[in-house]
Amino acid sequence: MNSTAERRRPPKVSLLYHPTFHSIVYQIALSAFVLFVAYQLIKNVIDNLRSAAIATGFAFWNHTAGFDISQTLIEYAPQVSTYGRAFWVGLLNTLLVAALGIVFATILGFLIGIGRLSRNIMVARLTGGYVEVIRNLPLLLQLYFWYNAVLKALPELANSTVLRGGIVLNNRGLFLPQPMFGEGAGAVLGAGIAAVAIAVALHVVARRRQLRTGRRPPVFALSLLLVVGLPVAAFFAVGVSVNFEYPQAGRFNIRGGIEILPEFMALLFGLVIYTAAFIGEAVRAGIQAVSKGQTEAAYALGLRPGYTLRLVVIPQAMRVIMPPLTNQYLNLTKNSSLAVAIGYPDFVQIFTGSVLNLTGQAVEVVAITMAVYLSISLVTSLVLNLYNARLARPEW
Amino acid sequence: MTAVIAPPGQRSNNAAGAAFVRRTPAPTLPPPVAMTGILGWLRKNLFANVLSAILTILTILFLAWIIPPIVKFLLIDAVWTGDDREACLVSDIRPRVGACWPFVRDRFAYFIYGSYPASERWRVDAFFLLLAVSTTWLLWLDAPRRALGAVNFFVVLPLASYVLLSGASAIGLPTVDTALWGGMLVTIVVSAVGIVVSLPLGILLALGRRSRMPAVKLFSVLFIEFVRGVPLITVLFMASVMLPLFVPPAWAPDKLIRALVGVALFASAYMAEVVRAGLQSIPRSQYEGAAALGLSYWQTMGLVILPQALRVTIPNILNSYIALFKDTTLVFIVGIFDFLKTIEIGRADPKWATPVTSATGYAFAALVYFVFCYLMSRYALRIEWRLGAGRRDMKVSNL
Repeated sequence: MNSTAERRRPPKVSLLYHPTFHSIVYQIALSAFVLFVAYQLIKNVIDNLRSAAIATGFAFWNHTAGFDISQTLIEYAPQVSTYGRAFWVGLLNTLLVAALGIVFATILGFLIGIGRLSRNIMVARLTGGYVEVIRNLPLLLQLYFWYNAVLKALPELANSTVLRGGIVLNNRGLFLPQPMFGEGAGAVLGAGIAAVAIAVALHVVARRRQLRTGRRPPVFALSLLLVVGLPVAAFFAVGVSVNFEYPQAGRFNIRGGIEILPEFMALLFGLVIYTAAFIGEAVRAGIQAVSKGQTEAAYALGLRPGYTLRLVVIPQAMRVIMPPLTNQYLNLTKNSSLAVAIGYPDFVQIFTGSVLNLTGQAVEVVAITMAVYLSISLVTSLVLNLYNARLARPEW
Repeated sequence: MTAVIAPPGQRSNNAAGAAFVRRTPAPTLPPPVAMTGILGWLRKNLFANVLSAILTILTILFLAWIIPPIVKFLLIDAVWTGDDREACLVSDIRPRVGACWPFVRDRFAYFIYGSYPASERWRVDAFFLLLAVSTTWLLWLDAPRRALGAVNFFVVLPLASYVLLSGASAIGLPTVDTALWGGMLVTIVVSAVGIVVSLPLGILLALGRRSRMPAVKLFSVLFIEFVRGVPLITVLFMASVMLPLFVPPAWAPDKLIRALVGVALFASAYMAEVVRAGLQSIPRSQYEGAAALGLSYWQTMGLVILPQALRVTIPNILNSYIALFKDTTLVFIVGIFDFLKTIEIGRADPKWATPVTSATGYAFAALVYFVFCYLMSRYALRIEWRLGAGRRDMKVSNL
């Protein structure tokens, strides 16, 4: 007893060889080194800025920007608006292309991933070839190709292609008719929103009932009827006048309608096609990770293939798919900064490009840029991690 | 002759209810025609059901729509000889013009060397050769003296390449300003520096992230997550506009160095995560075994953990190298001319300005990038397969 107690006591070690002491010394040394480097860098920056007589601080935020932007989602006038306004214009443009890109890349990526596992050899080979080719070419090259070789090679303004429904396509972009809603549009919109809300509620109730009794009320047809029927009913009840403002080709430009820049289209195309290849791989890996026994067990219980996929395979595959999918969403958002190369006015092009050049305040502008991208990354991964945690919950 | 199917003992039990008991086995039927041979293959793989049949037809239609124009453009209608743009314009004898290959041949040296002086281009060739030999030594798993190969790749090669490319008047190599470097040379230099710097730095960061010391862990995590959270373009912007501010004016780095610093830092953060995954795959017992032998931290890492972790990480390192190789196209942002940028410049050259020049340039670039990346990814797959061989063999011997 006495001997075990003695053995338990750690042997006496000289301070020189003590692990805890070592660890503390290492950490102090590293912190001192990092602080020293940071101090040197900041000192150099201050010295350099002073000698070059560059202004510091964030006062430029409220100065007039004075440069034009080709696509603005919010009101922006070059002679009146400030650099701060330009910041928001750029950020919204980035978020627009990223959000649309994520939606389309997810759809295409899931199709590609499922296609690679198809028992149809043609489909499996075609999607496999797509993934191989797209993943092995730089995104920038693909963007250049879509922009310079495809969209810029479209006909000139004078020979614009006019598609069905008054859509005009030329090398200045795609022009869509703009719907102009008259009175009563609010009622139809409200009916649509109400229908979707009721359908979601029905779905939740049906799910609860199914979990409790094992039987699922046939709500799908009902919700479809609601979502389509309610707005249509409202339309006929109130009577909405919808006019389309068609794009009119003038001699030098096109007036009216919704204008979609070729830069925007090229960026969206490139991002969607590139990211879909990676999402496809994530989806394929996720589905393959669900063991075959799960499908067989579901069939043995008498589930039909559709239910097997929806209730057994996909929920399990999603747990594997979600982490790489999150990564791809973040990659797409970050890759949207390649807009600089083809001239789409995204956040980097407007803020880190134009604003930095005009103000010369590199430190502030780069710091804001980094902060913006870090926040986007953090918020996206936070939201998707919450979703992921919900998926991982066993009783789900 | 007559084969009895039911055993005689049971027959007496069952015979009461059975009117007929078969005494001979039925002859074997031939397999259904529709399930074997070409027809069966087609049916199973292409026309299993209505949806499958529709998909097959759609796929064929899609391929028929997309492949002939590509083949026509690249080969059949392509122009193979000529001295300037005249050769690649639509004329009476040439109603349709495909790819303008003389353009690529004319600008080929520019695509490879950039503006590197013509009389000194043998140095670039020597660098390519040196790099190829060193890379083979490092990556070929059966090569002799691989430890020496690693020293060569991470110490000797960078120094020798620097002297060779940049020049040293002491040994009679005239200095070549980095502003003249371009094309494939810059692409390879940037990606090679990226990998040579990012591997050691990434290993340190990965070890730091798994360290038990809070300060070390904090700095590693901050660096890795910061760099991974922002796009490469903004890192390059930062390197381009802030690096000159960070150092005293006398040391202001040239454009290539700025790009190299940006790319190396960026690649290190990603490499750290790749190495970390490898470290996590090493079972705890390996650490405990090393501790039981009385090895210090660095001995444990250097002799036990890292050799195993890096071995399983080789395929992922290669994959991140492929990503880095594609990402080098972004260095145009700091104003240096990599391979893709030289094609962009060549495309705008009035001597070759035709409607097909852009597509030709992009087709050539796509071919080059695809061959590089595809070969590397195949090699990564092969190593992965080979590293799994140990596990496969073990399974067999355990049987």
